[in-house]
Amino acid sequence: MNNLLSISLFWPELLLTATILIAIVVDIFSQSPKSNKVSNYVIIGLLATLVAVFITNHSPTTLFMDSLAFDPFASFFKSIVIVATLFVIVISRYSNEFEGYHTGEYYALLCIMVFGMFLMASAIDLITVYLSIEVVSLMSFILAGYLKNNPRSNEASLKYVIYGAFSSGIMLYGLSIIFGLTGTTKFFAIRDAIATLDSTSNLSLTLSTVFVLAGFGYKISAVPFHFWTPDVYEGSPTPITAYLSVAPKAAGFALMIRFFNQVFVDGDSLSGLGWYSDVSFAWPELLGIISVATMSLGNLVAIQQNSVKRMLAYSSIAHAGYMLMVFPTISSEGVFAVMIYLVMYLFMNLGAFFVLIYVIQKEGGENFEHFSGLGWRMPIVGIVMTVFMFSLTGLPPTVGFIGKFYLFVAVINAGSSFYWIAFFGAINTVISLYYYMRVVKTMYLDGKPSDEIQVPPFSITAILLILAVPSIFFGIYWTPILNWVKDSLLFFVQI
Amino acid sequence: MDNILSWIIWIPIIGMVAIAFIPRDKKDLIKQIAAVTTGIQLLLAIMLWSVFDATSGSFQFMERAEWIPSLGISYILGIDGLSLPMVALNALIAFLGVFVSWNIDRAVKGYFALFLLLDTGVMGVFLSLDFFLFYVFWEVMLLPMYFLIGMWGGPQREYAAIKFFLYTLFGSVLMLIALLALYFACGQTFDMILMMERAPFALDGVVWWGMSAIKVIWVLLFIGFAIKVPVFPFHTWLPLAHVEAPTAISVVLAGILLKLGVYGMLRINYTMLPDAVWWFAGSLAFLGMINVLWGAMCALAQKDLKKMVAYSSINHMGYLLLGMAAVIAGGSVNGSNLMAAQAGINGAVFQMFNHGTISAMLFILVGVIYEQAHHRDIEGFGGLASQMPIYTAIVALAFFAGLGLPGLSGFVSEAMCFIGAFPVFRTMVIISTIGILLNAAYFLWAFQRMFFGKLNEKYTKLEDINKRELFTVIPLLVITIFLGVYPRPFLDMIKETMNVLIDQVVVVGGVAGIF
Repeated sequence: MNNLLSISLFWPELLLTATILIAIVVDIFSQSPKSNKVSNYVIIGLLATLVAVFITNHSPTTLFMDSLAFDPFASFFKSIVIVATLFVIVISRYSNEFEGYHTGEYYALLCIMVFGMFLMASAIDLITVYLSIEVVSLMSFILAGYLKNNPRSNEASLKYVIYGAFSSGIMLYGLSIIFGLTGTTKFFAIRDAIATLDSTSNLSLTLSTVFVLAGFGYKISAVPFHFWTPDVYEGSPTPITAYLSVAPKAAGFALMIRFFNQVFVDGDSLSGLGWYSDVSFAWPELLGIISVATMSLGNLVAIQQNSVKRMLAYSSIAHAGYMLMVFPTISSEGVFAVMIYLVMYLFMNLGAFFVLIYVIQKEGGENFEHFSGLGWRMPIVGIVMTVFMFSLTGLPPTVGFIGKFYLFVAVINAGSSFYWIAFFGAINTVISLYYYMRVVKTMYLDGKPSDEIQVPPFSITAILLILAVPSIFFGIYWTPILNWVKDSLLFFVQI
Repeated sequence: MDNILSWIIWIPIIGMVAIAFIPRDKKDLIKQIAAVTTGIQLLLAIMLWSVFDATSGSFQFMERAEWIPSLGISYILGIDGLSLPMVALNALIAFLGVFVSWNIDRAVKGYFALFLLLDTGVMGVFLSLDFFLFYVFWEVMLLPMYFLIGMWGGPQREYAAIKFFLYTLFGSVLMLIALLALYFACGQTFDMILMMERAPFALDGVVWWGMSAIKVIWVLLFIGFAIKVPVFPFHTWLPLAHVEAPTAISVVLAGILLKLGVYGMLRINYTMLPDAVWWFAGSLAFLGMINVLWGAMCALAQKDLKKMVAYSSINHMGYLLLGMAAVIAGGSVNGSNLMAAQAGINGAVFQMFNHGTISAMLFILVGVIYEQAHHRDIEGFGGLASQMPIYTAIVALAFFAGLGLPGLSGFVSEAMCFIGAFPVFRTMVIISTIGILLNAAYFLWAFQRMFFGKLNEKYTKLEDINKRELFTVIPLLVITIFLGVYPRPFLDMIKETMNVLIDQVVVVGGVAGIF
């Protein structure tokens, strides 16, 4: 589709841009240092964008001369990103970490990041791939270091910048090799060009893909590109940590799925599945090892943490590992499972972080000792946190189990050569039980039961329940999510 | 009578929700609600027992509903001669368990809510005929069990609770992989009745990593279930969990939860992978023998009464495994000794039930003395016979039941297991009989040290067993004596189902047999 026509399908993004501009302007004219005015505008703008994403109906096509895809797959990830952002904005308003900071531009920056993730979800051109990742990364650097007076936050930002620059450099190098090999930046043209390459290009093709994988791995924090994650997650303001663990990760997975499904497969990316036959490299094994390494490292290191925030950081690495389990199979079932898992993960992980934010506010710290006896003092928070912990472990009847179940279904269905990945996934589930249960143990078994009961304010209770109730409900009856994902599993494909 | 199985499963949840809305200081009301809900459940179970058609070996009172059609998951319930005794036992133990825990005074609300949730989980496992549903209920049990041990248990409760949890979850994730492999092999269905028809043939000749797929799946499932039984060497969580758990939870743990593992093997391993039964029966009998001897010897060495009873459970489960392994006596290779196969498998199920009643009784009795003396050191008592005569008489009967004295139910089932296993596993049965001797030794020795001799001065103030405690023990005692003298009513109930099960292993497994 040409540039002018594309505009008509691009209006969710335009709406988002308008929201950003309004937020900046309103911020300039607002006097009080901490005003919720900006966030109100931003929430309205994002809700409008969400509606726009849902009602923009058109058969899958490309925008702006084949640089962006417009398809249900992209819309799915856009919706996930907006929902996560809305939750984070609401909780940021209640977090006490921003006291003494001017929060107006914070919301504007979040919206710019959303814009970047929109592009990530729909990029089908090497240039847009790189640009969208950079937009998201730059905003993340600033937001991670938003607490200017807090050295930990500064450290997080600096580390993030260094790792980010490093891995995006590697990725750019990989992209340039691909361009050199194929002479084009468009995914479909690359796919066709690769088919004509002879075996002498195998090495450079393999190398370039590994480099590109470094960029993706950095975004979804897969081993061995995960080193930034714990420090950045620990130092950032907690709402941003929650955000980083869900939204950019979802967008990263979207980009990765699209890249592998549309560049490196024979024929139709969602039916005649198979790794591109001429590339004589053990891709499935490599991705399998990355997956197992990611989840094992995440889980084993999470066990040793004393800070719940850091524990959740490592746990989010482990969850990226679970989702990577299905990449070696590159089947539509695998993509389906990752998409379901991301929806489930949104509820449980944001929920866990929100409880943490509330605990930091009430108890003044993020370590396990601050959770001790919490279940007795604040029964609602305790029960809700227990639900999230069980869900993250993957025990029925919670969404975490359903998500994991679909991942296992996809891996087992792919044949016995992938069973070892499922086996490691299963063992890792058991390992993760230990540290998730430690939170529950601290809340209920440690500390003195007190008769004094604290009930969180209505708004906090409401938001916790909005996340906790679906965590159980969709664990028992998940057909609505199933249908949504099924309808969204439609790529733009150019034959 | 419609949906009676659903009612049995979900009634405790109704009770749990009711308890959740009661203020936490109304402790008596909470206990009464728990008693009423489990009481209704028991009545329903008795009703079910009375209308159950014992002449049929197929599933009765089936319920079916769509759940997640795209994945072939349904809500299917049904009951046969294998699950009926377990349902009845669970209903009884849960009802008595409420009264055993009457003295709980810390966080009463949470305790009974979790207790009822546990009840639902267990009933669900016994009644579900959809493998997915089965798995969900199987896992749902873990959460209440963790809290019940971890919050209301003894000094080492946290360690015991997490160890129990980790062990069981390890078993269940292996089971999950096996479940999915069977799911795809059987044409993407979780309907256990369909799976029982298809699975024995679906995997013939499939090889994974140089090993027959049937064997791999069997082993994965077996480990999952063996941890629950527990079979040596997966038993180490059990003594710890038993000792640390509060009395009522030990009762439920020994009375019901250990049966889940055996139930799972008979329901899933035996029916879906009958070929592999032939391959594994020898190992099963061997593990049974080890369980008998190991459990007995460990029990003999214990100073803590509760730990001794816990090890006696491991010992008793050994007899059961021998009986289960005896099923292959029915095959033509082993002389088509159908009588032996029947004796073994019926004995095993009967032993499940008997161990449920006897060990529950033993744990209640341990709790009675612990509540007054605040310790369980066998050596620390002495001469209690003169101080607590009624208690002594009941303990004597319970210990005799535990050591398998003729005239009490334990004897009948153990004898059946041995009779069944003897033609096939002669040596192992003979060695296992040493276990019976040791079994008698540790019970009698403990009895002697606790009740005979000179009364310890400290205990002149001990009171005899009270009415509430009597109320919890007497029903179990009556069942033990009645079934010991006249086991027919029980055996008639399960006979036809067991014949179907033996057919599945001997005929289907024999035909498809690839080993």
